Parts: sequence; structure tokens; C-alpha cells
Amino acid sequence: MKTDQIGKERNRVDGKAKVTGEAKYAAEFDAEKLAYGVVVSSGIAKGKIKRIDTSKALALDGVLQVFTHENRPGYMWLDKNYKDDDAPPGSPFRPLYDSEVQFSMQPIALVVAETFELARYAAMLVEVEYEEAEHDTDFESNLEQAYEPKEYKATEPPKPRGDVDQALAEASARIEETYTHPAEHHNPMEMHASTAVWEGDGKLTVYDKIQGVQNSQQYIASAFGMSKDEVRVISPFVGGAFGSGLRPQYQLFLAVLAARELQRSVRVVMTRQQMFSFGHRPKTLQRFKLGADTGGKLQALQQEVYGETSKFEDYSEDVVLWPGVLYPCDNTKLTHKLVALDVYTPLDMRAPGGTTGIYALECAIDELAYKAGIDPLEFRKKNYSEKDQNEDKPFSSKELRECYRQGADKFGWAKRRMEPRSMKEGHQLIGWGFAQGAWEANQAEASAKAVLSKEGKLTVSSATADIGTGTYTVMTQIAAEALGLPLEDVTFKLGDSDLPKAPLEGGSKTVATVGSAVKKACEQVQEKLLKLAQQQPDSPLAEAKLEEVDFSEGKISLKRDASKSVQLQDLLEQSDNGSLEGEVSTKPSDESKEYARYAHSAVFAEVKVDEDLGTVKVTRLVTAVAGGRIVNPKTARSQILGGMVWGMGVALHEHTVMDNNLGRFINHDLDKYHVPVNADVQEMEVIFVEEKDEVVNPLGVKGLGEIGVVGVAPAIANAIFHATGKRVRELPITMDKLL
Amino acid sequence: MRPFTYTRATDVNSAVQEITRHEKAKFVAGGTNLLDLMKIDVMAPQHLVDITRIALKTIEETADGGLRLGALVTNNDTAYHEQVEKRYPLLSHAILAGATGQLRNMATDGGNLLQRTRCYYFYDTQTPCNKREPGSGCSAIKGYNRDLAILGTSEHCIATHPSDMCVALAALEASINVTGPNGDRVIPIADFHRLPGDTPHIDTNLQEDEIITSIDLPAKGFAEHYTYLKLRDRASYAFAIISVAAALDMDGDTIKEARIALGGVAHKPWRKPAAEAMLQGQQATRENFQKVAEAYLEGAKGYGDNDFKIELAKRAIVRALEQAFNKEGAA
Ligand SMILES: Cc1cc2nc3c(=O)[nH]c(=O)nc-3n(C[C@H](O)[C@H](O)[C@H](O)COP(=O)(O)OP(=O)(O)OC[C@H]3O[C@@H](n4cnc5c(N)ncnc54)[C@H](O)[C@@H]3O)c2cc1C
Ligand code: SF4
Repeated sequence: MKTDQIGKERNRVDGKAKVTGEAKYAAEFDAEKLAYGVVVSSGIAKGKIKRIDTSKALALDGVLQVFTHENRPGYMWLDKNYKDDDAPPGSPFRPLYDSEVQFSMQPIALVVAETFELARYAAMLVEVEYEEAEHDTDFESNLEQAYEPKEYKATEPPKPRGDVDQALAEASARIEETYTHPAEHHNPMEMHASTAVWEGDGKLTVYDKIQGVQNSQQYIASAFGMSKDEVRVISPFVGGAFGSGLRPQYQLFLAVLAARELQRSVRVVMTRQQMFSFGHRPKTLQRFKLGADTGGKLQALQQEVYGETSKFEDYSEDVVLWPGVLYPCDNTKLTHKLVALDVYTPLDMRAPGGTTGIYALECAIDELAYKAGIDPLEFRKKNYSEKDQNEDKPFSSKELRECYRQGADKFGWAKRRMEPRSMKEGHQLIGWGFAQGAWEANQAEASAKAVLSKEGKLTVSSATADIGTGTYTVMTQIAAEALGLPLEDVTFKLGDSDLPKAPLEGGSKTVATVGSAVKKACEQVQEKLLKLAQQQPDSPLAEAKLEEVDFSEGKISLKRDASKSVQLQDLLEQSDNGSLEGEVSTKPSDESKEYARYAHSAVFAEVKVDEDLGTVKVTRLVTAVAGGRIVNPKTARSQILGGMVWGMGVALHEHTVMDNNLGRFINHDLDKYHVPVNADVQEMEVIFVEEKDEVVNPLGVKGLGEIGVVGVAPAIANAIFHATGKRVRELPITMDKLL
Repeated sequence: MRPFTYTRATDVNSAVQEITRHEKAKFVAGGTNLLDLMKIDVMAPQHLVDITRIALKTIEETADGGLRLGALVTNNDTAYHEQVEKRYPLLSHAILAGATGQLRNMATDGGNLLQRTRCYYFYDTQTPCNKREPGSGCSAIKGYNRDLAILGTSEHCIATHPSDMCVALAALEASINVTGPNGDRVIPIADFHRLPGDTPHIDTNLQEDEIITSIDLPAKGFAEHYTYLKLRDRASYAFAIISVAAALDMDGDTIKEARIALGGVAHKPWRKPAAEAMLQGQQATRENFQKVAEAYLEGAKGYGDNDFKIELAKRAIVRALEQAFNKEGAA
């Protein structure tokens, strides 16, 4: 394929709008007579609201209404009306439904006032009396009650293979260890916000922070018994989401409720504290049993997973998928049980299941490699999977060996000494760790539309999102490439429920999914252009088929003889219908389904750990990624770098603390909930190895949003072991655990 | 945030008048702590007296050869002041170990002394907390207390004072100049902050109607052998789990005088002069440092999650003294 655009470093097309503040986010859209809503959150984790007194709030001049379960209007209150595209099996939370409190910080009232300041003040005056019930938020003490859900939200755990117990008994090296991963919250920079604009006649335009506008549209229509024509959802920019915007959140519901009742535009923004009041990465405990033979081949693998969920929905994620993808093993047993607590339902968070599952798997494998006395990287090479054993399918492509090679070279892995505590600099113990990772390279169904104007400007659209990943830029490149136009002549539109259908932006599948639709829509325009060209008298392209021509630099030319060409501009001027359009829906090919489709990574980490004080510094990180074709090396690198910093947070910082006495997450702000800061980030290196994939999707791309995260925490944990000789099996690894 | 009224004071006297004239009034300086607390309803003054226009923004030499820091000098201007960097590098380092550049540009030296604890529960009005709401109970003692105090605690409160600057001030034996309706007085830093006892809602011995005008640093700055060691969960924008301000006055290899102040361990910067005195006339060896560390933590008490701090504090003291001795102030 020719490449004017694809594979080239390009700045973000929306970069200028973002740094100048021109880009507008959900809470920044204005409306006439806009009213402001502030949410009151419950102080208890479980019980009933005995009395809720809003009189003091209502007495303030300028307070318009306080909505509670007592005065909420009678809409559609059936469970099924609250389902959304990312809802796990169960009964979704319905804001203000009744007096029941199901989790701490549950929204129990919405105060609406003429100004934000007034609404916030009035919210402090709402008095609530509870009838408290005993809550249960203690994960550990409920492990005994764990259950297998009737239906898994994600993939079912793969069926057992062979005989694990026997294989373990016969193994020459074995380990049996437990790993825990705490609850974490997404904490994007932008807080969740909705501005519901009252258009009259019962119609609404809603600016929402969401990873898929059509999910919000469908949710509102269904929860409020509206038709989809009556509600349009717009979300041109999203200030980070990491999965927190997959499901419509309660601020959306409350803003719409208030707007409809007051027949006025209403904005509701969550506070930073309230960002801890809905979905989170579930606390997860994993028991591993591994065994290898004398040759260092994995013979037994048992992974027993316990993940947190709420009492009203069965959230599960792909924690046990990874052994079958990463390691050949004939004797495996993989289980995933849920522990239901009085918390809000967990929610997909960047690399859901992979972050937790691969962390524990890669630490356990490192432990086994040490038991077997084999270099950890060598151990992976000996146990390299050539097919996905979960589904018994070959990989569509897998250049992980090349990741090992290039990553190890760059890092200098060959100089590593196997024994822990063998490298030191002053008080600093130095450790080198390795881990590998994988992430799904899925494609879903999507639609896109391309319109080429008479002036030669191309507009392509699809109702997808750009959550900071670079969707605008990459789609613009794909479209520009198809028609041989400069980037400036191409506009990509997204984040509007009126646009052609697209799925949620999640699971690292947007470039493959929406990109394929964009490409095909542009190909329809190509066909029309070629037809026009061939209608010209003495057309130099008279006999040419579409495969035989190039669209490049504003013209169509014959591949075998570039001197035979037609200018696009001439064609457009001749066309009588003004503009040329293509509109398509695409879905994954049947052929691609015959293969297991994954991106892979190899991560090398260097840490320095203070021998007395236990403080950890990650001094070097190298990630080599096999991620198919790289559309834009610049935005791709940013994704991987962001993922690496994220992985560092998983290893060392992130942890939402549950106070079981109160049933409440207690470190609910960014002072107390730590993510890495710039000063934590030292040397980081990203390598993309060449990976050709003809079947994964028409573009040959694999998603990069999550593959950058998964291997990092285990590589750091393994490096800490190498530095100190100490295995910390409970994240995050903080100084107290290293004393 | 609840509604409040606001006036601006132009000098120290008018500030004191304003604060006495209004019910439930507070001074506001940089606002980096007070406004945060007002937004989440932890503090709810009915009146604010803005003191940022008052001419307390200079750093000057005192008659006895020390330095006087105006209460309204910003933390950054203090840390980067030529005299402070040269003569009191311990203070400069301690300040720069705190918060972030943006915050230090707003935060004032007076406000830093009065910043409130970072105990999780103090910040959440839906939870019991004796400091925020006397008599409601302490959620931290049986709850999550990893960051909290191990020395000088009471059954009513185990919060820590979060400041870095104050730990250095304690080691340097600074004194705080204040003015109230009854005139001026000087409060030595050691007496400025209080232990929680049964009045954890009262952080300091400053009266509600008194204004801090300046901080005096004595002439002796320990500019050669000093260190500020801050252990925290990430490299910046994090409060200390443990911090140590260590300063030595050496005569060859013999210690003439040692100062050690601990942060992150108590309701106030923690000093124990009797333990410091153990080093007087001694050699700067690891064994001697370890003995002092043991003495410093005598009587320390953990509450579960924070038990590790007892051992960590000892190790941090040893490391800090070694660094001070080796002139590794900035390490
Ligand atoms: C995100 C964040 C991180 C931080 N990290 C650190 C850290 O790592 N280390 C650290 O030491 N600090 C840290 N801080 C705290 C910061 O140092 C304090 O907020 C700051 O020093 C307070 O100064 P201010 O002038 O803004 O005080 P204000 O918020 O204006 O006032 C604080 C209190 O002092 C009173 N007050 C102020 N000036 C006077 C005066 N002259 N006389 C009498 N009363 C007065 C006010 O009435 C108020 O009660 C952090 C703060 C934030 C927000
Ligand atoms: S330790 Fe002090 S500040 Fe923290 S909850 Fe207890 S009383 Fe409140």
C-alpha cells in the first residue's frame, strides 16, 4: 500500500484546539437560562433514608428544586430500561428510585439552582436521617461466599485441560502463591459532566462526557420513555476516561431528569470526590499454582480468581484469559468467582482483566523461572505459545520474539546477573525485571460516511469518540490516505449521536473498527471518482480497475504508468451532483474469526530500591510492542508511554482504600489517591517491531490503548524482587512492604 | 461553600481589629489550605479578613544576626532567597520538598505554620472526626491510619501536622512573632503547635484573634552539615510518611551539637532535646546515630497500618544524620 499518511508521524489535528481552549468539553457548553445541579451523596453504605429534609435548601432564593426519591417523577422505572451497552448482567442502579441506600456516596438528591455556588451551598443544607443497616464491604472475609455468576460479563473461563494436580505432583519446580490487586478508580482529568439543553417540545440536546454518544442516547431514551429523535447526545472532546465513560453515569440521568421537569437547561458536574462514587477496577485476589518439568517447560497452571462485584450486578472481566494466550500448557484449571459487596458495581478500567490477570501471571511465571533456575526471559522463550489454547486457534500474527530481541538489546538484558541483590550503587539496590503482555486486537461493527465536496474537501464522520487517544487524527489520516488528499482538506467528525453508528470507544478496537469503516466509505468515493474519470473523453484511465490506480497528491494515476493521470479537482468540477458520497457499515471478516487476534508486548524494567528505607524509583522502562501496522508513530508512542506511566501507578501508587467500618472509600481525592507525577517518570523507551497482519482487519492494525499497560506492573514487581530478594504480592508496592 | 463576608486589611492593626470585630472570622493569606477546606465544608468561617495586602513580605536581618521572614513571604520566595539558601539551606530544602511549584508560589510562610492535618477522615464531613467535630469520635484509630501519628497521640486523635517547612523551623529553633488585641508576643516554635490531648480541634497555641507577623531564624543556620530527608509515596506532590530535618555542628569528627526534628510522626514537628544531647561530644558513627534513633522513638505507638513508621523513622534518622555528616544535604 502506498503511504502518504499511514505510518507517518503526524501532530494531533485537534492539538491546537486543545491547547488554546477552543475545544469544548461537556461542562463548557452554554445554554440560555442554564441552571446548575449539585448532587448530594449518601453518608452510609447501606440502609434506608428515613427522612430527607430539603426545606432549608428550598428556602434559599434562587434554588429551583431539590429532587429526591420522594418527589421524583414517575417515568420508566423497570430494570431493563436502565440497561446500557456496557451493563453487566443484573439489575442496573436507578438514581433516586427509592429510599434504599445500596452503597456509600450513592446519589440521593439533586439540588438545582440559578448558580453553581448557590446549588453547592444548598446541597450542604439538605438534611438526611438514615435507618442504617449492617453493610458488608470486607472483601477478604467474604471469599468463602464467592460464587460463579450465572452469566459472565466478559469471556467465560476456558474449560479445564488435562490434570493439574497430577502434573503439579510430577513437576520438578513448582510455586503456589496468592496475589492481590486493590480497587482503583479511573480518575480522568475531566470530571463527569452533562449539560442537558432544553430545546422545547420535550426535545433535548445533551453534552455528555461519555465514550460513546449513542450509548447515552439509547439509555436516556429508554429510561425516560423518549424516542431517539427527541434526544441528541454530543461529546466532541473527552478529557480522559479510561473506561469510566463506558456506562452512562448518574449525572447524565439527573441532568436530564431536572431539565425535563423544570423545562430548562441544566448542567450537572460531579465533584472529584464523587468520581469515587461509581465504577472502579475491582479488588481481585488470585491464587496461582504452577509447575514446570526439568527442562523448564510449563506443565501445570492453575489460576483461581476472586473479583469484587456489587450486590446488584455481576461484574466480571477477562482475568483468566491470559495463560491460554501466553503459555502453552496441557494441564490447566482456570476459575473466576465473584465476591458481592455493598459497593457500586465495578467498571472496566484500562485493560480490564489484563492489568490484574497479567500482573499476577507474569509475577508467578517469574517466580517459577527462579525456582527452575532459568533466566526469566529465557523461560518465556522456552514456553512460547504458537497458538491460543483457549480457542485452539492460530494467531493472525505474533512478532513477540522480535519484541524480546529488540527490547533486550535496547535494555542490555544480556548483562543481567540472575541472583537477587547482586547489583548495588551506594544505598540503592538495583533490579532488572521482565514481563510480557498481550491484549485483544478486536474489530466490531461500525458505520461511516464520507462526503467529498465540489471544492475537494473531504468530510468523514462516525459517532465514535476521541477520549484523548488520537481518534480524530488517525481517522483523518486514513481518509486522507485513501483519497490522496492533504490532511488540511480532510475533516473527521465524531461524538454526535446523529452520525453513522459506532460502538463504544473501548477495548482498544477503535482504529480497527471505525478505521475500517472510514477506509471503506472512502473507497466508495474512490469508485465514483474513477467512474467519473472514465467518463471523460479519451480518459487515460479508461480501462483501469480500482486496484490498478493510485489516489495520491490530488490525482488518480495508473500504478504502472504514473504519467497517465486525472486531477481530482477537474473531476469534481465536472460532476453535476455537487458532491460525492460513500456510506458503509463494516464488520470483521469471517476469515479473521478463524484466528486469535492479539497485540503483544515485552517490558523491561530497572528499579532502584533503598536498602534501608524501602523507597522505589523506576529508573528505566523499555517496552517493545508488536501491534500490527502503526498508523501514526507519534500518537501511537504517546499511547504506549501513557500506558507505561499507568503501569507504574499500578505497581507503586494506585489504591482506593476501603474503610470497612464505614463501608466507604476514604482516600477520595487526588491528594490522597496517588497516581505517578512527572518527577516519578524517568527514562522510558518505546519500540514498535514490524508486524504484518493481512487478516486481523482491512487496515492491518491492532489497538494500542491497553497493550502499553499490561506488562509494566509485573516487570516492575519482578525488578523489585531482583533488587531486594523480596516478593511483594500485594499491590501497590509501597515502602512499608519493603522494610 | 457557605456564604461569607470579606474585608481586606491594610496593616497589622486593622487586621487584628477586623478579626475581633467579626464572628467566626478567619484570616486568609494564600488560601491554598483554607479555601480547599471551605469548599468541602470542613471549615466554614462567616467572615474572611484578607491579609495579603499587608506589608509583611520581606526577609530581613535581625539585630542578633538572624533572619526575619515576613509572614506573607511566599514559600517559594523564602526557599529561593539568597540568604536562606546560603545560611539556612535546611529550610530551603524542606520547603522545596513540599507541595508543588504552583502551590508554593501562593502559599505563605504564616499559612504554612497553620495548615491543617491531611488525615483522610478530617476531609470527609460524613465521617466521625474529633478534630473537625469535637466529640464525634476518631475514625482513624480503628480505621485506616497508615499515614498517621506514632508519637504524642491521644485516644481522641492521631493526626499529624503535615508541614515540611515547620520541621526545619523546629530543628533551627525558630520563633514566631504574633500580634493580638493585647499586643505582641513571641512563641518559640516548640510551643507553637500542640499535641492533640482531649482538644484535638485546637492545632496551635495561637489565639483566634492573633496574627502571625513574622518568623525569626536564630543566627546559627547549620549550613554545612544538614539534611532534609523526606520519605513519601511518590516523588513530588505527596506529604511525608516520615521526614527528618537533621543538622550537625562539627568539630573535626566530633559532634558539638546535633538537632533532629521529625515530620509525619506527630501532631507537631517532633523534637527530643534529651536524645539529641546524647550525640554531644560523640563521634559521628552509625552506632551512635542508631542509639539516638532508638531514643527518639521510645514510647512510640502504632495503630496497625502505621506500625511500620516506628522502624522506618529510626532508619530515616540514621540516614539523615549520615547524610548531614557527609554533607549530602540535597541527597
Ligand atoms: C495539593 C497540596 C499539596 C501540598 N503539599 C504540601 C507538602 O508536601 N508539604 C507542606 O509542607 N505543605 C504542603 N501543602 C500545604 C501548603 O504548604 C499550605 O497549604 C500552605 O502553606 C498554606 O499557606 P497559605 O498562605 O495558602 O494559607 P491559607 O490557606 O491562606 O491559610 C491557612 C490558615 O492559616 C491562617 N493564616 C494564614 N496566614 C496567617 C497569618 N499571617 N496569621 C494568622 N493566621 C494566618 C488562615 O486563617 C488559615 O486558617 C500542600 C497543599 C496542597 C493544596
Ligand atoms: S486522627 Fe484526628 S483528624 Fe483523623 S479522624 Fe481522628 S480525630 Fe479526626
